[in-house]
Amino acid sequence: MTRPNAMLELDPTVVRKARSLARKAAAPVVEIAKSHTTVSVERATLRLAGLAGADHERVPWVNHLVTAVRDEVGLEHGVTTPVYDALLRGEAPDLTTLAQKAASGNVSFRLPTGREAKAAQRAAAKGVGVGLRTVDRSRATRDRLIKRHGDPKTKPWIYLIVATGDIYEDIPQAQAAAREGADIIAVIRSTGQSLLDYVPEGATREGFAGTYATQENFRLMRAALDDVSKELGRYVRLTNYASGLCMPEIAALAGMERLDMMLNDSMYGILFRDINPIRTFVDQRFSRQVHARAGIIINTGEDNYLTTADAVEAAHTVTVSQLLNERFAKEAGLEDWQLGLGHAFEINPEIPDSFRMELAHAMLARQLFPDAPLKWMPPTKHMTGDVFRGYLLDGFFNLVGAMTGQGILLVGMMTEAVVTPFLSDRDLALQNVRYVMNAASGLTEDFHPPRDGFIQTRARQVLSEAVELLERIVNDTDAAGDAPLLAAIADGTFGLMKRPATGGKGLDGVFERAAAYDNPAITSLDAWTPQALGGTR
Amino acid sequence: MTRATTPDAPAQGNIIRPYGDTTGDGMVQMSFTLPLPHDKKAEGAALQLARKMGLDPALLVHAKAMGPDFTFFVVYGSSTHLVNLDDVHVVEREYPLLSAKDANLAIKKHLRRKLVVVGACIGTDAHTVGIDAILNIKGFAGEKGLEYYREIKVVNLGAQVLVPDLVARARAEKADAVLVSQVVTQKDAHIHNTTQMSAAFREAYPAGQVPVLIAGGPRFEDGSEKALGVDRIFGRGTTPGEVASYLVHEMTQRKARKS
Repeated sequence: MTRPNAMLELDPTVVRKARSLARKAAAPVVEIAKSHTTVSVERATLRLAGLAGADHERVPWVNHLVTAVRDEVGLEHGVTTPVYDALLRGEAPDLTTLAQKAASGNVSFRLPTGREAKAAQRAAAKGVGVGLRTVDRSRATRDRLIKRHGDPKTKPWIYLIVATGDIYEDIPQAQAAAREGADIIAVIRSTGQSLLDYVPEGATREGFAGTYATQENFRLMRAALDDVSKELGRYVRLTNYASGLCMPEIAALAGMERLDMMLNDSMYGILFRDINPIRTFVDQRFSRQVHARAGIIINTGEDNYLTTADAVEAAHTVTVSQLLNERFAKEAGLEDWQLGLGHAFEINPEIPDSFRMELAHAMLARQLFPDAPLKWMPPTKHMTGDVFRGYLLDGFFNLVGAMTGQGILLVGMMTEAVVTPFLSDRDLALQNVRYVMNAASGLTEDFHPPRDGFIQTRARQVLSEAVELLERIVNDTDAAGDAPLLAAIADGTFGLMKRPATGGKGLDGVFERAAAYDNPAITSLDAWTPQALGGTR
Repeated sequence: MTRATTPDAPAQGNIIRPYGDTTGDGMVQMSFTLPLPHDKKAEGAALQLARKMGLDPALLVHAKAMGPDFTFFVVYGSSTHLVNLDDVHVVEREYPLLSAKDANLAIKKHLRRKLVVVGACIGTDAHTVGIDAILNIKGFAGEKGLEYYREIKVVNLGAQVLVPDLVARARAEKADAVLVSQVVTQKDAHIHNTTQMSAAFREAYPAGQVPVLIAGGPRFEDGSEKALGVDRIFGRGTTPGEVASYLVHEMTQRKARKS
């Protein structure tokens, strides 16, 4: 990030206040996350311990085992202690056999005490440690490959999407996109995967408007991109989604299979998918801890606030969400370089000064988070099917990206909302990006918004509205005495969506941890710091 | 520029051709990709395709290699096809557009109770943008959604609703109308889901008492209501006001038929 500072001359005390309010809003929610577990956190732990595969009806073994333990002894103490106790008692020789027997009701689980509990916990730590070491090794491999092939020569990194539904179609498309200039390939998930309470298994060829996220699909795509990275002499990154009901499991699989970026937003699932707030925050903390350790860059979903509301009126909700996402991410151990905080070019182009406002908003994000690789997302809401006008709009989007030093640029398609992009659409879109970056990225040197001019004033206004909203959030209350952020989510502070902490999908998979709760993955992740790697990336 | 009056052309008047810069020139512009490396042969293939599509003469104005295996073309040309407006049949809106106030008044007058609308995205479709644009108070294109109408009760079931659940809820709410949104069209999911939905409603309700069934989405074919078993299809760019106006129109029609 080569940005000169203080372009907007923001009041540092306001910036500090915004951050301290975000910290205050997040703190009680983090406590909730630390005192609960979920079925998905427990399943992710078993996946780290090496349990994979599914039965003939494609129900994963981790689901079978977690369900069996939940029904017999509950999950308040964590799934691993009863599971490894059963293994030590000789109920089965390994996790897969145990899960198979559990699925047919042929194992009895118990909660061991004393020395037996200690033995089970030691065995669990050893088992889960294997997966965590795989995550560490994947990170080291990435570092080695980046050293060998190199990072993209210029910023922003070019982010392109593939989504055919068939992993074997996605692979050649992704390789073609990389050859055309993509630095990051995102494989969009099948519609509705976020609401599945299990991770599908194996290589998949049928998806709706996207391809299922599975461990095997991750592996296949990463291997294909490794091939093309070698060919191109540049490390091509792979992105998927850690969101929805299986956030922790997807994060664990992504860490082990060396994905490089994950969509991971602190509140998206709650607001836009009606997933229970507690479930989301518990799952999110675990998934972000795994991302931190795996060296994965997260991408947050602030674009969603702008596509469902007016992008001018709602500009400050993006800032608030970015600040909360930053806070939750830092708490989970992510570093600045891992924060792909999102924002988007979604102001109605019919509004006067729309471009100046876009520029002000993008500069505000840039200046508030100087060391984060911001993710700049293209217009979608005002793409009409007039592809010629859309191409121009994308050009202006790219120009804002060039002028504000964005880290990750999601390439806009003129056929947005018309068809899945043609080969030629992608080629034209990349020409658009290249032309603008070539022609104008040096503008960061020349362009300084005049003191107290339109751009500075607008940026300050958005920041102060964000502070006001954060103040309302930290002072929010409800009858149940929930954490203020939960109360705020419940009463519709974010858009018009009211999401009470007692509602939403996945609530029945949330458990308060008992005092003797043990989860070796969480113990290890809580103790982990980036310094464990000797300060390298 | 008299191409339009070739011997077998029908009489002038209702015959139209594309307009480039002169009446009757028939000029169109198109772009496409061929899975060929860029060379003379590829350009010849592009021109031949253009001619087969009815462009004569066809001008190849741009050709660019996209990687080793594909070439992108832009072609201009005069279309030899003619369109007789007498043979063009479209569905015109058969009801007046009402303001929210007038819609409320009409419901009050004709129904003497609130009009109940149940909406959902069915099947695996999780894209609630469409249904939310019509139902949420926030609305779309500057128009407030149906929630804003005082005389309309909106029950938005959200995404991935199963058809039996939708039917059960519609019965429980005594729905006058059911709106389903279908954005995802892969493998014709929107068509399967919608026909399944309409069949389920016909099965669950006595004949003549099925609620007004409305399907919305960007890819439904105009005029395919009958095939899908629904009363109305709304496409891209539909505003809440249009839906409300249609509902008022349809409810009053049904009422008139009954009494």
